[in-house]
Amino acid sequence: MPIFDKDAELMKRGEIRQLQLERLQAIVFRCHKSVSFYRKKFENAALTPDDIQSLDDISRLPFTTKADLRDSYPYGMFAVPLREIVRIHSSSGATGLPTVVGYTRNDLKNWSVLCARIMFAAGVTADDVVQIAFDYGIFTGAFGIHQGAERIGASVIPTSVGNTDRQIKIIQDYKTTALACTPAYALGLAEKMAESGVDPNTTSLKIGLFGGEPWSESTRAKIEDKLFIRAMDNYGISEVLGPGVAGECEARSGLHINEDHFYAEIINPDTLEKLPDGVEGELVLTTLTKEGFPLIRYRTGDITKLNTEKCSCGRELARMSRVFCRADDTIIVRGINIYPARVESLIKTPEGILPEYQIIVENVDSQDQVQLLIEVTEELFLDEMRRLREYHLNLEKTLKASLGLAIKAKLVEPKAIPREGGSIKRIVDRRSNNSC
Amino acid sequence: MLKVKSVRAGYGAIRALKGVSFHVNEGEIVTLIGANGAGKSTLLNTISGLVRSTAGEILLRDKPIHKMTPAQIVRQGISQSPEGRQVFASLSVRDNLILGAYPRMRSSTRAEIAQDLEHVEQLFPILKERDRQSAGTLSGGEQQMLAIGRSLMAKPRILLLDEPTMGLAPIITAEILKTVRRLRDEEGVTIVLIEQNARAALSIADRGYVLETGRVSLEGKVEELLENSEVKRAYLGKGYKEVWE
Repeated sequence: MPIFDKDAELMKRGEIRQLQLERLQAIVFRCHKSVSFYRKKFENAALTPDDIQSLDDISRLPFTTKADLRDSYPYGMFAVPLREIVRIHSSSGATGLPTVVGYTRNDLKNWSVLCARIMFAAGVTADDVVQIAFDYGIFTGAFGIHQGAERIGASVIPTSVGNTDRQIKIIQDYKTTALACTPAYALGLAEKMAESGVDPNTTSLKIGLFGGEPWSESTRAKIEDKLFIRAMDNYGISEVLGPGVAGECEARSGLHINEDHFYAEIINPDTLEKLPDGVEGELVLTTLTKEGFPLIRYRTGDITKLNTEKCSCGRELARMSRVFCRADDTIIVRGINIYPARVESLIKTPEGILPEYQIIVENVDSQDQVQLLIEVTEELFLDEMRRLREYHLNLEKTLKASLGLAIKAKLVEPKAIPREGGSIKRIVDRRSNNSC
Repeated sequence: MLKVKSVRAGYGAIRALKGVSFHVNEGEIVTLIGANGAGKSTLLNTISGLVRSTAGEILLRDKPIHKMTPAQIVRQGISQSPEGRQVFASLSVRDNLILGAYPRMRSSTRAEIAQDLEHVEQLFPILKERDRQSAGTLSGGEQQMLAIGRSLMAKPRILLLDEPTMGLAPIITAEILKTVRRLRDEEGVTIVLIEQNARAALSIADRGYVLETGRVSLEGKVEELLENSEVKRAYLGKGYKEVWE
């Protein structure tokens, strides 16, 4: 079993917990000292850093939420002066204000190593040619994988997303051996290859590193079957780090969390109580080493469970099960988060009237597609066809511009959307992988 | 090898350690850096049993040692070379060294101790040269070598060094630190080092902890600490102001 960073990845449970305690105490102390947001939160909870005397004491600390990050936009939660920050990433801001994350030089070094660990565990070596078809924008995905691949010494081809024909040509001509992208994009590539008569079996591809959105075992089987590769899952979250938080080893029985850098908890998203190993709940992460943008008990919104038994690969780093769904009503389509609340704000008419609506996500020909149903009521539009058409046109444009995703809006008759017990289910996810 | 978990300790009403966690792996050189009064010496004294912890645990190979007496702790393989050298000025160099073997007098034979004495004198040829001289006549650097040599006579697996270069000229400091490195490399002794000169300590250590007002504020490999802005500003003398743009 390939292991990149043996000292760290082969630590025994007791050693991991000791290091976590040391780093937790240090990060709580630093946050309290340098980030006014945390200092206030601790004061409100009548806590000082000295109250953290064991790992279990972490449950006394307040949670940090996405809303907290937005309230601190852009730099309010940085723990170092901006001059120490050497990189800034942020979310797309599709749901309001973006969340901004800063990295110091040490943070970038650690990030590279953590991505190298998960990629090496997935089978990437210095002999590989890694094609990175994640968006090289302000997002974390492409850069994380890019740095990890370079750290391993692999050859990196930063193709970014899109231009599928060119991607395929590069796979063929540059003899790409490892492909990093979203699973949906991998399926798209496979389709396109089939269309243009390229036999995937003739390419050099052997490993796929997929992340950025939830994907099922059946999608995995489909990708492996169509591209003749081994498809490996990894987990990252941009507010916490980006890719590099956890990844699958050869055993593929869960994703090993890099526990020397992150402390993971599982909570019940409704009651907020801590759940034991093996029970599914919301993943909560605390960064243990980050200098620029440390997070304490960040609620990821992702549903998973933990397993701290030793893995057959030799690692004792806890494993999280693959993430298939979210704690809130967010859906992830092609790596983009969609929140109903945000969609709602876009649907509202200029007069401020909100029609009944439903968001439907489907997988059509291996591509995730989003459809938006809107009920036209007389009260809303009377019989002004011109206004109605204008609204419809504008809506699709705004949705595309604000969410970064093409959404088909369909105007339907009143009461056309089925009611369940009098209320409308706002999101219907018909993709096979999202059966929560 | 050695694990310290949330240890609290103090002197009377003063709490010098407010829950410090720390560990050393076998064969590592770990350094503690921090301002005066941060709790570095107290931490070493708590490990060696000279100061009693009021809470927390200290485990040596997973066996608790925080309830043991200092002599018992030495017999467990932890030996401390105290701040300010503390050699017995009127005794000869050799007698000072033999004193270091005192905690194991009952368990070791005369021949074994003589053998170890020879070994220590080999490590520090200057001590052999002057072994009949009274320790008070040695220079500061030589006294420090003697203090370290004396700690080695207890045959420690872990050596706790409290500011071994205090008050020494830079050239002597470099020599002492080279010796410390050699003890680890050649003798396999695990070392915890407190050093006023953070840059020098980080140049020979594998990992470090930054202590601040009785707590650990940072832990990391030395490369990481050297790159950390707070460490650079506060301990490495890169005198720039904090600027919030």
